[in-house]
Amino acid sequence: MKTTTRLLGFLAPYRWRIALAVFLGVLTVATNTGLLATAAYLISAAALHPLLIELTAAIYLVRIFGISRAFVRYAERIVSHDVTFRLLGNLRGRLYTRLEPLAPARLAAYRSGDLLARMIRDIDELQNLFQQIAGPVLIALASAIVMVVAFAVFNPLLAVVGLAFLVVTGVGVPLLARALGRDAGRRELALRAELNAQLIDGVQGAQDLLALGRADDQRQRIVTLSAELSGLQRRMARVTGLEQALSDLGTNLAMWTILLLAIPLVGDGQIRGVYLATLGLIMLGSFEAVRPLGRAFQFLERTVAAGERIFEIADSEPEIVDPATPCAPPALASLTFDNVSFAYGPNEPLALDRVSFGLEPGNHLAIVGPSGAGKSTIANLIVRFWDPISGTIRLGTHDLRDYAQEDLRANIGLVSQNTRLFTNTLRANLRLAKPDASDDELRTALRRAQLDDLIARLPDGLDSWIGEQGMRFSGGERQRLAIARVLLKNAPLIILDEPTANLDPLTERDLLATLLDLFRDRSLLLITHRLVRLEQVDEILVLDEGRIVERGPHIDLARSAGLYQRMLEVQDGVFAVG
Amino acid sequence: MGSLRSSMNKRLTREIRPFRTFLFATIALGVLATVVTIVQWALFARIVDRVFLKQQTLTQVGALLGGLLLAILARAALIWLRSLVAQEGALRVKAELRDRLFQQLMRLGPSYLRGERTGELVSTATDGIERLDPYFARYLPQMALSVLTPLLIVACVFPLDWISGALLLGTAPVIPILMIVVGSFAEKQMNRQWLALSRMSAYFLDMLQGLPTLKLFGRSRAEAERVARVSDEYRVRTMKVLRYAFLSGLALEFMTMAAIALIAVMLGVRLLSDDISFVTAFFILLLVPEFYRPLRDLGADRHAAMEGKSAAERIFAILDEPLPVRLAEHPATLRERSLIVELRSVCFQYPETESPAVADVSLRLEPGTRTALVGASGSGKSTIVNLLLRFLDPGEGHIAVNGIPLSELSLDAWRAEVALVPQQPYLFYGSVLDNIRLARPEATDAEVRTAADQAGAADFIEQLSDGYATQLGEQGARVSQGQAQRLALARAFLKDAPFVVLDEPTSSLDPESEERIRLALERLALGRTVLIVAHRLKTVYSADQIAVLDHGRLVECGKHDELLARGGQYAALAGAYSLAAAD
Repeated sequence: MKTTTRLLGFLAPYRWRIALAVFLGVLTVATNTGLLATAAYLISAAALHPLLIELTAAIYLVRIFGISRAFVRYAERIVSHDVTFRLLGNLRGRLYTRLEPLAPARLAAYRSGDLLARMIRDIDELQNLFQQIAGPVLIALASAIVMVVAFAVFNPLLAVVGLAFLVVTGVGVPLLARALGRDAGRRELALRAELNAQLIDGVQGAQDLLALGRADDQRQRIVTLSAELSGLQRRMARVTGLEQALSDLGTNLAMWTILLLAIPLVGDGQIRGVYLATLGLIMLGSFEAVRPLGRAFQFLERTVAAGERIFEIADSEPEIVDPATPCAPPALASLTFDNVSFAYGPNEPLALDRVSFGLEPGNHLAIVGPSGAGKSTIANLIVRFWDPISGTIRLGTHDLRDYAQEDLRANIGLVSQNTRLFTNTLRANLRLAKPDASDDELRTALRRAQLDDLIARLPDGLDSWIGEQGMRFSGGERQRLAIARVLLKNAPLIILDEPTANLDPLTERDLLATLLDLFRDRSLLLITHRLVRLEQVDEILVLDEGRIVERGPHIDLARSAGLYQRMLEVQDGVFAVG
Repeated sequence: MGSLRSSMNKRLTREIRPFRTFLFATIALGVLATVVTIVQWALFARIVDRVFLKQQTLTQVGALLGGLLLAILARAALIWLRSLVAQEGALRVKAELRDRLFQQLMRLGPSYLRGERTGELVSTATDGIERLDPYFARYLPQMALSVLTPLLIVACVFPLDWISGALLLGTAPVIPILMIVVGSFAEKQMNRQWLALSRMSAYFLDMLQGLPTLKLFGRSRAEAERVARVSDEYRVRTMKVLRYAFLSGLALEFMTMAAIALIAVMLGVRLLSDDISFVTAFFILLLVPEFYRPLRDLGADRHAAMEGKSAAERIFAILDEPLPVRLAEHPATLRERSLIVELRSVCFQYPETESPAVADVSLRLEPGTRTALVGASGSGKSTIVNLLLRFLDPGEGHIAVNGIPLSELSLDAWRAEVALVPQQPYLFYGSVLDNIRLARPEATDAEVRTAADQAGAADFIEQLSDGYATQLGEQGARVSQGQAQRLALARAFLKDAPFVVLDEPTSSLDPESEERIRLALERLALGRTVLIVAHRLKTVYSADQIAVLDHGRLVECGKHDELLARGGQYAALAGAYSLAAAD
C-alpha cells in the first residue's frame, strides 16, 4: 500500500492533464452509450408516428454522438499517451539522480547487464501507472457515477441494480480470476524459468552435449518440462476463459435484469415505454468503462512489484559521500596505501589484505598477479568507487576521504578493463574527458593513441555514431579510445588497468612501449596479469589473494624463485601466435 | 503482408496437424457465438416491441425473457469453450515447435550456434515461443471471424430489409481497405513507436551501465539534465508519430459510428412513413454494431499478435536452415578399438564467405600418436575440429576412419568414439558429479572420482564448498578456465574414447592448472589417437607430428626439429616465440 501511494505520487505533477484525459475517457464511453441509447429512443419514438419535427432533437443527438465519438477517443488517446511519456521521462530523470550517487558500489550487484536491464524493464513497467491503472480506474468510477445518475432519473432501483452489476462484473470477476489463477501463475513463472535454463544450457552447451552424445537426454528433459508447462498453462487458460465468459455473462445479464425490472414499471406507467430499449442499451454501454479494470488489476500487481524493487535500490544510502568541507587535492603528490584492507561485502572474502605501498610523483609502479588477486580493487579504491574497510589511502598528506569525489577524480586518468563507449558520436565520447576540446585536440589525442587509421576508416569521421547501437569496435580499438580519452584529460596520476587486454602479443608490446613513453613524466600505476615490458617500471608489486607476496624491480623478481617467476614461465610457454 | 500471412497459415496448417483442427473448431465456435448473439438481439427486439407497443405484461413476455436468458447463458458458455479450444491449440503448437526447434538447433550444431547468435536463438526458443500465444489463440481465428461474422450478419439483415443490408454491404468494401490501412500503415507507425520506446530504454541502460565511466570524467551529474532532455525529445517525436498512427483507428471508429448513426436516422425516418416495422428496425439497429465489432477487436491485440507473427517467422526460418551434415542411410559400424583418422583433401567454405576456411588438407592421425595443430587464429584449426566431430561436413574431400568415410557412420556412433576437450567447456547447471558423468551416465560415483583424479581435478573439487555435490553453472560455483578444462578432461577420461580432440586455451592459465592439464594430457594420450589444437610450446615439443596451418592450407607437417631445420613457417612462428620469451 505504501508503495502504491508512493507510486501514485509520481502522477501528481500531471493532475490537470490527467483530469483532461479522464474527462475525455468518460466522454468516450458516454458518446458510445449515448449513440446506442438515443438511436434506440429515436426508433422507439418514431414507431409512435409523431411529426418529424418532434424527432429533430433525437436525430441531432444521434448524429452528434455518431460523429464525435471517434474524435473524442482520438483526443483521449493522444492526451493519455502524452501523460505516459511525460511520466516516463520524469521517472527516468528522477531515478537517474537517485542512482547516480550509488554507482558503482551500491549497484555492484547489478553489474551484470541482465540485472541492470531488468531494472530498466521495471522502470518501463512504471509507465503503465497512468494509462493502464489510474486512468481506467478513474474513468470507471466517473462513468459509473454518470450511469447511476442517468438511471436514477428513471428509477432508483434500476440505479442500484445497475451499479451492483458494474461492480460485480468489473471488479468481482477479475479479482476472482486473479485468486483462481494466482497459484498456477506463480508456478508457471518458476517452471518457465527452469525450462529456459534448460534451453540455455542446451544451446550454449551444444558442443559438449553433442560431443558427449547427450543431446537427446537434454531434449527429453525439455520435452518433459514443456509438457508440464502446457499442463499449467491449460489450467490458467481455463481461468482466463472463465473470466472472459463471466464478464460477458455479467454484461448481458445486467441488461436482462434491467429489462426484467423495467417491464412492470412500464406496465404501471412509471416509465414511458419509449425508454425501455434505451434503458437496456445504457446498461450495456456502461460496461465499456469497467472492462479495462481486469487488466488494471493485473498491471497494478506487476507495477507495484516493479516499484518495490526500484525503491529498494533507490532508497539505499550512497556508500561514498563527500566531506562537508572538502580540501583541494594537490596537483603533484605521492599516493600512499597504508595497511589497506577491503572486501566487496560483509560476507565476502578480503579482496585486499593489509596492502601498503607508495607511489612518488613521476614514478612508474606495476601491480601484477593472477586473475582474482585483487589488482583491480586497488584502482577502484584510488578513484573512490569504494572506501577501504580498514587502513588509509592518502594523496599527499590527506586521506582520500577529505577530498570531494569530483575533484579527486579530476586528478586521475584511468584506463580500465571495461571501457565504456556510449551510443553517441565519437566526438561526444571523447569530449567526456574534456567538454571544450577542439577537433584538433581530439585528432591529436587519437593520433597519439595510434588511432589515426580508425578516423580515416569511419564514414563520418568524428561525427560517426559509435557504442552499442553504432559502429562496433574491436577490443584493441576500444582500449585505444580509452587511452585517447585519458590523454585528453591530462591528469597527473594515470592508472592503466589491463590496458592491453584483448590485444595480440606483438601489438601488446608496441602499445605498452607507447604508453610508458607517453606517460613518462606522470605518476603511473600499471595493473596487469601480463608480464610484458615490466623491466621499464620502477617497482613491481606481486599480488596473490589480496596480499603483496613479492616486490621489487623486474630483474630481481625474475631471478627469485617466487610467483613472479612461475607466472613468467607459464606465460612464455604459450605459443606467441594464435 | 497478405501473402506472407497466408503462406504462414498454410505452413502451420500443413505442418501442425492438430492445430488445424483447433483453429477450425475455434472459428466454428466463434460463428456459433455470433448466431446466438443474433438470436439474443432478435429476442430483445421482440420483447421491447411487445411491452412498448403491444402493452404486454411481464407474464406475457415471460417465455421470451426465458429464451433471452438461455441465449445469454449459451453465449457465455460458447465464449468459454472457444477460449479453451483456442488456448489448447496454441499450447500444442508451442510444445511442438519448442521441441522441433531444439532438435533443429542440435542438428545445426555448434558451428551454427557459435558467437553472438546464441543470445538471439535462446530468446527465440524461450520468449519467442511464448509470444506465439496471442497470435495463434486470438489473432488467427479473429482474422477468419472478421470476415465470417459480418457476412453472417448481412445474410440475416438482407431478407428483413434490403435497404439496410445494401447499406452495410456498401460499407463492406471499405473494410478490407481499412484493414490494409490498419494493417500496414498503422503497423509501421506502431513499430516506429516501439522502436523509439526501446531506443529510449536502451539509452537509459547505456547511461546507467556507463555511470562509473561518467563519474571518472566528472560528468555523471551533468548527464542527469541530458537524461531528462532526451526523454522529452523522444516524447515530442513519438507523439508526432502517434498522431498519425492513431488516425487509422480514428477512421475505423468514425466509419463504424457514422454508419450506426446513419442507419439509425434512416430507420427512424422510414418508421415514420410506415416503411418498416418497429421490431425489424430495432433488430437491425442492434445488429449494426455487431457487424463492425470483429474488425475493431482485430486491432486490439494487434501489437502482441504481430510480435507473435514475427516470432513464428523467425522460428520457421530456423527450421528451414539447411543442415550442415548429411545423415547416412545405412550407417556402417566401426569394429576396431584403435583408430586411424585420415583427412583426405578436405575442403570447407562457410556460406557467405570469400575464401575457404579449410583448403585441400590431407593429414593422417595414427593410434598412439599425438598431432599438434598450430597456426594463427583464423587459419582453420577450429573448422578442422568441427569437421572431425561432424558438426560440419567437408565440401570436398572426406575424412575416413580406418578407411570408412565418416559420412557412412551414424553421427551418434562416431561421436561415441571421440572425446572432445574444448577450450571453454560448458558447465551445466547441476553438481560436479553430474557434470562429469555426462560423459557416461551409467558410471558409478567411484568411476567419476577416478576420472577426476586422473584429470588432476580431484584436489580442487574436494576444496569446493560441497565437494562433488557442489552446484555448477550460471548460478552455481565459479571455477576458473583452467579448472573447467580439467573437468572436461575428467569427462574425457570417463568416456574412454579411442580418439581425443583437445583445444588448448589461448591464454595462459594459473600456474597450477597449466601443470596439471599437461600431466593429465600425457596420461590421456596413452594408446589413443590424439589431436591437439596447440598453444603451448611444451605440447608442440612433445608432439609426434606438428601440422602447421596457414589460411586454411596445410603448409608444413613434421616433428619440431625437422620443421625448425626447414626454416619455413613453423620456424618463423617459433622465432616469434623466442623473441617474446627472450625479454
